[in-house]
Amino acid sequence: MSGPAYDVIVVGAGPAGSAAALVAAQAGSRVLLIERGEYAGSKNVSGAAFYAPQVLEALLPDFWRSAPVERHLIRRVISFVSPESSVSVDFATARWDHPPYNGFTVLRPRFDRWLADQAVAAGATLLPETVVDGLMRDGAGQVVGVMTRRPDGDIEAGVVVAADGVNSFLAKEAGLRGELRPDEVSLGVKEVIALDRRTIEERFALTGDEGATHDYVGSITEGVKGGGFLYTNRESLSLGVIVQIASLAEHQTRAYDLIERFKAHPSVAPLVRGGRLVEYSAHMVPEAGFSRLSKLYGPGILVAGDAAGLCLATGLYLEGINFAIASGVAAGETAAEAAASGQATPAALKAYRSRLEQSFVLRDFRRFRRAPAFVTSERFQNVYPALVTSLAERALASRGQPRSKLMALALEELRRAGVPAWGAMRDLWRGGRAFGW
Amino acid sequence: MVRAPSTTLQEKLATVRFRPDPEPHIVVNGELCRECTLHACVYACPANLFSLLSDGSISFSHEQCFECGTCYVACNREGAISWRYPAGGHGVSFRDA
Repeated sequence: MSGPAYDVIVVGAGPAGSAAALVAAQAGSRVLLIERGEYAGSKNVSGAAFYAPQVLEALLPDFWRSAPVERHLIRRVISFVSPESSVSVDFATARWDHPPYNGFTVLRPRFDRWLADQAVAAGATLLPETVVDGLMRDGAGQVVGVMTRRPDGDIEAGVVVAADGVNSFLAKEAGLRGELRPDEVSLGVKEVIALDRRTIEERFALTGDEGATHDYVGSITEGVKGGGFLYTNRESLSLGVIVQIASLAEHQTRAYDLIERFKAHPSVAPLVRGGRLVEYSAHMVPEAGFSRLSKLYGPGILVAGDAAGLCLATGLYLEGINFAIASGVAAGETAAEAAASGQATPAALKAYRSRLEQSFVLRDFRRFRRAPAFVTSERFQNVYPALVTSLAERALASRGQPRSKLMALALEELRRAGVPAWGAMRDLWRGGRAFGW
Repeated sequence: MVRAPSTTLQEKLATVRFRPDPEPHIVVNGELCRECTLHACVYACPANLFSLLSDGSISFSHEQCFECGTCYVACNREGAISWRYPAGGHGVSFRDA
């Protein structure tokens, strides 16, 4: 019998899958990239900010000249909000105004479609409108192909890369991860709101193709664990809320109502007024971090991107596309090697994990492993944002009365919020361990 | 007072292109749902596709589904929501322009 029709089958043409297909095809493998949507990107949603473009620059030099990127990011704003006030950290730098850029905003259907086209240009075959329902296995249990929902739809391959997104039924079927729990996944709802270029540049203090990302934590999610985001595209804004599913159900709150109140917040409304809704969307985000990553490989199969849980949501960093591409590259390299040697055993595929261990992917996940629990803690979510805004208001208020110094105000605010001083010290320590050292 | 561009859920959903699979890709088990008191799916679905009926059962329509998976993750009753992806090329299709 002749060997399988393909060396490598990649399931899912998002950033992880297209990067894997591109790299494996460049390495000489016969690659099939399967996408269930009408076209690559048609099912895909995120903010979307693509940080660390170096992961793509290494494959496609100066990709940003021809890729459908929106704005290059020079400003990052993080705001703590109460119903009427906000305190922000606003970082902007002219140093990110030229190559190598620090990140871009993108519109996922356009960007993902372009990236899949690059995989095709490298020699991969793209098969859209095709759902993969399961894995083919040999007698020893090794994955040897996929079962698609098409007549005679079984397709064999030397190695399968599961880049099938946050729901990853393939990683579950392969026994590489369990069911998602509602306290470890968030729901993101988003609106793209059209605004003309000049208005965006004026409101966000940007010039030309400069872009900004704004993230919000505090009262905008009304007690539900999560936050809001507002990103600038060329001629639109992408904004939304990302909320933990367990917390959403517990508060009996609906995400599409939260997005309305987010837009009406006094620190957000002036930025979006006059805009016109272009498209609403929704997607799950695997936010639990290092502790809930899937197993990354099994006999005949590798898992990349959201399918493996490789989305870093720490408040300070909200990144997925770069981790998807970097893991896809490592998966593509490993799959091509394994297919060439005819060995897709766990011993051969282990190189995938080693590659991720050596890169920023697992180093960042391990280093910031305490951050997701810290930023979703009750106090960080629902006590400190109000406390910080209240403290700022009292410190900055000028009423012709004698004023208190900061420490006295802080202790008073803590008392008022019902947080004992030792509790605040412990939270500072936890935050320090999550982000500081 | 500045006004944000506020929209109803109906207006939001009207902006999205859906190519519904004739066969529902999500099936809700009415028997199990009648025993449920939490109805997490009703609150969690970003398209409000789940409704609680007066007899305690849940009605569901699949045509405007985002295929996000939130409903089955939120559901605490194993087997109450059978979930798979719609047929290739069907379901939600976000615009690339």
